[in-house]
Amino acid sequence: MGRVILHCDANSYYASVECLYRPEIRDLPVAVAGSVEERHGIILTRNPLARKYGVKTGEAIWQAKQKCPQLVCVPPDYPLYVRFSAKMRAIYEQYSPRVESFGLDEAWIDLSAPGMTLERGARVADEIRLRIRSELGITVSVGVADNKIFAKLGSDLKKPDAVTLLRPQDYAARVFPLPVGALLYVGPSTQRRLAQIGVTTIGALAQCDPALLRLRFGKNGLTLSAFARGEDRSPVMPVDHRAAIKSVGNSTTPPHDLTCMDDARCILFLLAESVAARLREGGLRARCISISARSTELVTCSRQITLPRATCLAGEIGRTALELFDGRFASAFPLRSVGLNCSMLTPDDAPVQLDFTGDEEKRMQREQLERSIDDLRRRYGHQIVRRGVVLLDQGYSAINPVEDHTIHPVPFYAG
Amino acid sequence: MSVYRENPHKIYVKVRADFTPDGRILPLMLRAEDGPVMRIDRITDVREAASLKAGGQGTRYTCRVGEATLLLFYDEPYWFIEAD
Repeated sequence: MGRVILHCDANSYYASVECLYRPEIRDLPVAVAGSVEERHGIILTRNPLARKYGVKTGEAIWQAKQKCPQLVCVPPDYPLYVRFSAKMRAIYEQYSPRVESFGLDEAWIDLSAPGMTLERGARVADEIRLRIRSELGITVSVGVADNKIFAKLGSDLKKPDAVTLLRPQDYAARVFPLPVGALLYVGPSTQRRLAQIGVTTIGALAQCDPALLRLRFGKNGLTLSAFARGEDRSPVMPVDHRAAIKSVGNSTTPPHDLTCMDDARCILFLLAESVAARLREGGLRARCISISARSTELVTCSRQITLPRATCLAGEIGRTALELFDGRFASAFPLRSVGLNCSMLTPDDAPVQLDFTGDEEKRMQREQLERSIDDLRRRYGHQIVRRGVVLLDQGYSAINPVEDHTIHPVPFYAG
Repeated sequence: MSVYRENPHKIYVKVRADFTPDGRILPLMLRAEDGPVMRIDRITDVREAASLKAGGQGTRYTCRVGEATLLLFYDEPYWFIEAD
């Protein structure tokens, strides 16, 4: 039985929801953008009208306004987007229980069943598209294929409000001539490395000797090769956008650039407190700590380290992050933003190896203390207990990263 | 989570409704601020729908009010109708 997989992608998602709720701006170029005052002033998404003016996701508001002076910028309303995402998912689930969300605005639906064909799948896709337009007032592009990778590729081919069917017999004409960057997980860096061996299209990647790809890219090379040939067999996992947690992280763009180690110490401990609290809340401990920093030229760099013991202690996470930072970024000031991420998670009830030195006992006491602080903060607010280090800078100490959540797409290899 | 977004094409209304034992909500009468009470004679259709005119989305009740047909939206927890 061949698989029939749909990939639904809500067009200009945030901007579409905003335009639905604000009829007065619907016919204007619109962008959803962060707050300029808090230095989050970048374009998160824009509607097709704004796109026509060349407004791009990720650029600063002032750059966008240079291209399109009449651009209407509205602040994001994440709870509303989460709510609409749940409504879209509720529609998808009427067609199959196997729905895998990929961020808030994308999802795969596995329609595979005896008697189901790609052509019939395309008709279902069209029904879903029409329902979302009339019931939710926004549009989706749907790709239909026998694998997740080409279904996603299909949803990118025709926008907005369209269905694209990619059958195996269509690959040669419609998929293989596309640039290799159109394939999921072929980013600019992989694209550059593929170009070095003369691979610039999906077709060229499909024809490239898998042994050569393995040599150049390791086992990822074989995966890319299979993706390009439409041989992806990964299943549609029935998960929503809050899928099994793989990592817990926070990043912040503070009110002013970081210019010295004191600034870095303050921000890293703020982030460590937030991440540690969320680890504890989720009943988790982490072994891998990574930090990332973005320069004022918006170049991002990251470093990570694996700890011998899993932790959910803000002190340990903060100190580790600071050591990582000191070793790599200390000469890179000024920095615009910093992020801290914890991965390699284990449940906090997993057995812990005790020792003779009493270190582990001290850590357990420390954890009790931090849990008590969590409790105080829950009852009296985040600012009720603060580390001395975060008081060094009044501008930074007002930041509350715990409530500054970011929604990331789940990794493709989730599960 | 609620979405209260005012605009000239959207009229938020007060609604009196029946909550049925099987979990449905059936509006009985509605009233816009300072307006008359409108009794709903019959509900002819209930579905999820967007209101492009008023700017919103929710459960749409097609209601007969006297001789007129009125579209009443429940965008939880708010009720609204489209302005003429």
